[in-house]
Amino acid sequence: MYSFNYRRVSSVDEAVAALGKAEDGKLMAGGMTLLPTMKQRLAQPSDLIDLSGVGALAGIKREGNRIVIGAMTRHADVADSAEVRSAIPALAHLAGRIGDPQVRNRGTIGGSIANADPAADYPAAVVGLGATVHTNQREIAGDDFFTGMFDTALEDGEIITAVSFPVPEKAAYVKFPNPASRYAVVGVMVARTGGGVRVAVTGAGPSVFRVPAMEAALAKSFSAAALDGITVAADDLNTDIHASAEYRAHLVGVMAARAVAAAG
Amino acid sequence: MADTGIGAAVRRTEDLRFLTGKGRYTDDINRPGQLYAYILRSSVPHATIRSIDTAAAVAAPGVVAVYTGADMAGAGVNGLPCGWQVHSKDGEPMKEPAHPPLAVGKVRHVGDPVAVVIAESYAQAREAADAIALDLEELPAVADTRAASASGAPQLFDEVPGNLCYDWEIGDKAVNDAAFAKAAHVAKLDLVNNRLVPNAMEPRCYIGDYDPTRGEYTLYTSTQNPHVIRLLMGAFVLGIPENKLRVVGPDVGGGFGSKIYHYAEEAIVTWSAGQLGRAVKWTAERSESFMSDAHGRDHVTHVELALDADGVFLAMRVSTLANMGAYLSTFAPCVPTYLYATLLAGCYRTPTVYCNVKAVFTNTVPVDAYRGAGRPEATYLIERIVDVAADETGIDPAELRRRNFIPKDAFPYQTPVALVYDIGDYDQTLDAALAAIDYQGFEARRAEAAKRGRYRGIGISTYIEACGIAPSNVVGSLGARAGLYEAAQVRVHPTGSVSVYTGSHSHGQGHETTFAQLVSDTFGIPFESVEIVHGDTDKVLFGMGTYGSRSLAVGGTAIVKAMNKVIEKARKAAAHILEASEADVEFADGQFRVKGTDRAMSFGEVALAAYVPHKYPLDELEPGLDETAFYDPKNFTFPAGCHVAEVEIDPDTGVVTLVNFAAADDVGRVINPMIVEGQVHGGVAQGVGQALLESCVYDAQGQLVTGSYMDYCMPRADNLPPVSVSTHVTLCPHNDLGVKGCGEVGAIGSPPAVMNAVVDALSALGVKHVEMPATPQRVWQAIRDAKGAAAA
Ligand SMILES: Cc1cc2nc3c(=O)[nH]c(=O)nc-3n(C[C@H](O)[C@H](O)[C@H](O)COP(=O)(O)OP(=O)(O)OC[C@H]3O[C@@H](n4cnc5c(N)ncnc54)[C@H](O)[C@@H]3O)c2cc1C
Repeated sequence: MYSFNYRRVSSVDEAVAALGKAEDGKLMAGGMTLLPTMKQRLAQPSDLIDLSGVGALAGIKREGNRIVIGAMTRHADVADSAEVRSAIPALAHLAGRIGDPQVRNRGTIGGSIANADPAADYPAAVVGLGATVHTNQREIAGDDFFTGMFDTALEDGEIITAVSFPVPEKAAYVKFPNPASRYAVVGVMVARTGGGVRVAVTGAGPSVFRVPAMEAALAKSFSAAALDGITVAADDLNTDIHASAEYRAHLVGVMAARAVAAAG
Repeated sequence: MADTGIGAAVRRTEDLRFLTGKGRYTDDINRPGQLYAYILRSSVPHATIRSIDTAAAVAAPGVVAVYTGADMAGAGVNGLPCGWQVHSKDGEPMKEPAHPPLAVGKVRHVGDPVAVVIAESYAQAREAADAIALDLEELPAVADTRAASASGAPQLFDEVPGNLCYDWEIGDKAVNDAAFAKAAHVAKLDLVNNRLVPNAMEPRCYIGDYDPTRGEYTLYTSTQNPHVIRLLMGAFVLGIPENKLRVVGPDVGGGFGSKIYHYAEEAIVTWSAGQLGRAVKWTAERSESFMSDAHGRDHVTHVELALDADGVFLAMRVSTLANMGAYLSTFAPCVPTYLYATLLAGCYRTPTVYCNVKAVFTNTVPVDAYRGAGRPEATYLIERIVDVAADETGIDPAELRRRNFIPKDAFPYQTPVALVYDIGDYDQTLDAALAAIDYQGFEARRAEAAKRGRYRGIGISTYIEACGIAPSNVVGSLGARAGLYEAAQVRVHPTGSVSVYTGSHSHGQGHETTFAQLVSDTFGIPFESVEIVHGDTDKVLFGMGTYGSRSLAVGGTAIVKAMNKVIEKARKAAAHILEASEADVEFADGQFRVKGTDRAMSFGEVALAAYVPHKYPLDELEPGLDETAFYDPKNFTFPAGCHVAEVEIDPDTGVVTLVNFAAADDVGRVINPMIVEGQVHGGVAQGVGQALLESCVYDAQGQLVTGSYMDYCMPRADNLPPVSVSTHVTLCPHNDLGVKGCGEVGAIGSPPAVMNAVVDALSALGVKHVEMPATPQRVWQAIRDAKGAAAA
């Protein structure tokens, strides 16, 4: 780890100001991704601006037909939240299967989606449930938030404050974990809402993506059988020692069908 | 007494400190004025070192010294020695290229140490290392075992043509060929024994210290054998005599073989401490462990088994390519030869076995013994080819094994590959494991699983292994450059408490408990009165350390020999004091008693008399009660048994779930059943890891792909079902305790059981073999290929 300045702030404004002043400042949420990267000397921020003292950023509330989760809310809190479990059990289920207990007790939803790891779980929820990302500057539709591998629509100095999820009629998330890291090799969120059906896939490609053919089929008949014969092209999918693009493409079909079955 | 004696499931006394964070590992030790070392390692697999400019690093804040390979070589430091010399079949000694602690001239694997930076803090040392200008000219590299032996492969050493370390054989090829010519059936298989990273929980850690006033060095090291390190490093690398070098192996958090060897960093910190007159500590980061701890396995093998029309084994032949890595680690050459090919008869009467082994250098981390060391590789191929033969001849796998077992009345049994098995009862453990898993009921479970859309399979492995490698004069004739005895000292204190100094080293095995049970039981004294001391060359007279499941069979027997001397001396003293003839004094239950009388002295009373020798036969007997023994075994011990695994496979994803596992092992007499069960559990977890999860992967360019837990998959609790363990005893006839060893059986017996189950689950589709680890992708591919072949 290289040396850096550490600053713990208590409000979003203070964080914005600190970021503005720093030569190469980085926000720190749970630190579960940022700190290992720094320890491996793959990141060398001049300043760490710790958001853990910004109380306003943590917490879960229901606003009408939406569940609003503060950016600094930890995975464990989402998994355990009675509000989330009753309104969007698929989301609580997803959060409860991220990493291990230590990671879930530190890692946050804001940190996870800002990081936009192609194998992270939350992106499937943000896109699959049609969520909205709230920042200190604007609202960003979930569909527009993830722009590529480790890349998002966030501007420099823009801070995620919350993510709001519309409550679906039904939804389920099924993940095929990488045997070693247990991140998603393929994770599929399937949701049916008033606005239609969404199928969002994480892990398989450089960034989360939707599968329109599956969505159309499920809109007609929300059943696993409706997905028979619908395949995803392997061309743009990831390949690593754990899963070839072909295998991932196949798993997208299997996980999607299982998610539909689980959603009931 | 009974609840702490031999056979009692005594809770491990060492666990109080381990479980409460009070263990004292090397990294917990800090010496006054201690400096910190950071090792700069090669990030490329193969290169010529054009130049190393350390000037900027030397000038960096906090830096005390920077040394390179040239500095150490210039100061007369030698390369790391290899402890075993194998000869090729043409009589030539193996190729043994130099292995300098810091690279000289060339780097040969990712992680090869290039320079050491020593500073006031670890952060400063690490920071300064960035300022070293290392000019490398990259060379083509080869990591793959097969590719390294192909013609035109990149060469690691000018003096090693074809990267061939040795070309070794065992068995009579002509006899073997003749037997094959008569076969009714020949089963054939190509298989790979996957490369593994040992992953001890405690990363390697060393502190070198130097006292200039006495010219004395101390090395604190996370090792399995402090005396061996003292010998290897002192005599061969640094030229420090034993009386000036103390090696301390304090609490050690797991080794699995990887901490047997003498590592470069041990020599670097010890030598640097001498140069600087200050202690120097180095602690591996986990990523360094992946690229510098000796790896395990990595064989590519072709095997053939010849059978007659009744399924009786006639002959087996094996050819193996073994990956040595970039340099020879301490015991690397003997692993794929004397610890492997000598086991190829397995539990069977196969009259002739021939094996050829070619060992090759590659641009990878050195490979050496890892839990099981050669025997898992042997067992895997034997038990897989037996299953292939069962499948091809239509004989039930259990029946085929039974038909070929060495019967229990045939011992001692001379195998065609040098070993003489002393005792065993293979039917007993096979029967027990089949009963434990309900082999009879399996087809019903398979049918039930099929209804749920799952393929269910069952796999048997009947293994034998060899522990407590010995005797010294035999292993010496086979190329060992060390003896393989063990030493013990039993010091009875004046009030009858006992300290036992053992050359065995405990790094998870629970010796402090098992050995104390043995001693308290033998002397008839309370368990709490016994202290087991190990891991310090200044305290323990000598020792060869712990590996190859040798601690109880060899180290424990040495303790018995020393205890016997104590008892004999005490008997003499007691006879004198009790005014009886020595022959009339018997020792039992902690009492020296004159036969047929009530005249007796307790063990403690005799001890006191030995130290306060007032009424004592001083003319014939020295005061004191402190005896040592060296024990050199007559033979290996031969644990054997049967492991049975049951798996279910999800055809849609290829995920293999281990649903049932039964182990029935004969490890000889059991001193502490709880510890034995724990050792078997741990070994099975590692074996299941090898079979289903673990694989060290290098890419074609020689980069280490599985350099962290993000990609290297360790077994976790949820990968394992409850494991049924039972022990079935035949007593080893050639050691006093009748013990054999239990540390490795789990890792030896389990991989073929799991893989046979995987293949069995898929055999209806026509799948004949799946390589380890049977990852979801690999199994999915096998299913797809089989279905594709069926459709075509
Ligand atoms: C062992 C392990 C296993 C894991 N397994 C999984 C898994 O299975 N699935 C999974 O999805 N994830 C997994 N993770 C990642 C985990 O979920 C991380 O917590 C998450 O990716 C990052 O969250 P964080 O709060 O720790 O963010 P940090 O590491 O603190 O920050 C990550 C990035 O986000 C930025 N950031 C943080 N907060 C904000 C904000 N409010 N606005 C803008 N930018 C911000 C930071 O500047 C930084 O660039 C794992 C991590 C570990 C260490």
